[in-house]
Amino acid sequence: MQTLLDFYAKHSRLIDQIGVNAILALSLSVSLQAGQLALAQAAFMGIAAYVSAILALNYHWPLLATIVAAVLVSTVVAALLAYPVRRLRGVFLAIATIGFGEIVRVIANNLKITGGAEGMSGIPNDATTPVIYGSLAVVAIALWLLSRTKFALAVALVREDEYAARGVGIDVGAIRTLSLALGGAIAGLGGALYAHASFFITPNDFGFARMEQILVWCVVGGVTSPVGAVIGSTALSILPEAIRFLADYREVSNGIILLVVILFAPGGLASLWKWRRGAPRDPVRVHA
Amino acid sequence: MLALEHVSVRYGGVDALKDVTLTVVPSHVVGLIGPNGAGKTTLVNATTGLAPLATGQISLDGARINSLPPHLIARTGIARTYQNIRLFGALDVRANLAAGAYARKTRLTNDEIAALLERAGIPGIDLDARAGALPYGDQRRLEIARALAASPKVLMLDEPAAGMNPSETSRLVETIRAIAASGIAVLLIEHDMPLVRAACDSVVVLNFGEVIARGTPSEVARDPVVVEAYLGSGAEALA
Repeated sequence: MQTLLDFYAKHSRLIDQIGVNAILALSLSVSLQAGQLALAQAAFMGIAAYVSAILALNYHWPLLATIVAAVLVSTVVAALLAYPVRRLRGVFLAIATIGFGEIVRVIANNLKITGGAEGMSGIPNDATTPVIYGSLAVVAIALWLLSRTKFALAVALVREDEYAARGVGIDVGAIRTLSLALGGAIAGLGGALYAHASFFITPNDFGFARMEQILVWCVVGGVTSPVGAVIGSTALSILPEAIRFLADYREVSNGIILLVVILFAPGGLASLWKWRRGAPRDPVRVHA
Repeated sequence: MLALEHVSVRYGGVDALKDVTLTVVPSHVVGLIGPNGAGKTTLVNATTGLAPLATGQISLDGARINSLPPHLIARTGIARTYQNIRLFGALDVRANLAAGAYARKTRLTNDEIAALLERAGIPGIDLDARAGALPYGDQRRLEIARALAASPKVLMLDEPAAGMNPSETSRLVETIRAIAASGIAVLLIEHDMPLVRAACDSVVVLNFGEVIARGTPSEVARDPVVVEAYLGSGAEALA
């Protein structure tokens, strides 16, 4: 027991980071499962982080209230973003949403209430390990329950073939909006927890580098698998600590890992357990 | 009853459909034939909301549907298959059938799934198989089963026999007749004239977006305008 406590004392920050990163990876996974390469998760995370930080610092709201408010705001922003990008697909959607992320970052950089480029410090450090992992459990259970509904079937059908999905009675626009909003809500939760676990936030915490990081977690773990997203984010959160001697080459090592996964396990780490040489590709299962 | 009244569709300056009037009643199979580019698939796309009408009206059981978006038209009871198969290829057979039944309030039971596969002529198919990995003929039939899963009032089949061998085509006739006998109105687009003759109660011929003839298969086969525009020596197969 003492050994575990010592381990936690030494690595508590990393353990908390892993939990927050898993939530962020799940948020992108929701959009990717609907076939949307919408890369605004870092922006949703940032918006929520600032909302919760401002409410906590300026208005002394308790943690739970700041989280609820932050998630609401990020959800609404994500749902609103879904409208102008509703006709965009693939790389065009990716570019538009990255652009949105940059707009959010630039605004945060220039607003007084967000502390400008210097950011905000002194955020109450009350997102403890149980709070973070409790939140992760809530998200995981919610997504698991959702995976057993018609919504999950609709998401899979929209990802596979929007045209045919319309033909069986699916409102493709509504499904895309809902999945983006759900991703925004989860990213918002991750952002609020990030702010309350970090003490200090700046606009650059929520820029393109963060978005790229979240995308790499999902690709490495498996783009259409929530379990894969968690595996990917956990593995790549631990890895820098495990190979600290390569700290100067972190980006290079991340790139190599990404290439290896894309080349040898395009389904991500989550697909490896059932990988067999020459075996036919298994169908994607949905609870039909 | 599906009714198209004076329907026109324009793509830019091209009239894909010109003043087409057509009805499909329950338990009947209407064949829609014509040369490539005649507007057959455009007519199906217009009915399912994927091609906007320039003029005219489309109604189902007296209720106008052409102002509805495609997903709501599907929910009124119009199901279709596609000229190029559009199964959800990465999903299994069961999920494809569930997709067809998406608009229903309840999930398909195992008995209903078995009945659907039986009606489509693929009983005993592996429900856990990836739809995209099935043999071509089975994919065509699975697409029909998916359409039937919606319990449609109208079923539009866009070249269902394409790529099938004569034996498969012959079994397809039985499948289509059985579907119609269950009270569904069927619109069948086909180039296979023996299939059209065997399966259809009446035939409508399109050419350059216009209806140039209509009647029973044998009446259409004798129409010199149709022979000139489309059938040629194939008229014997329809007669």
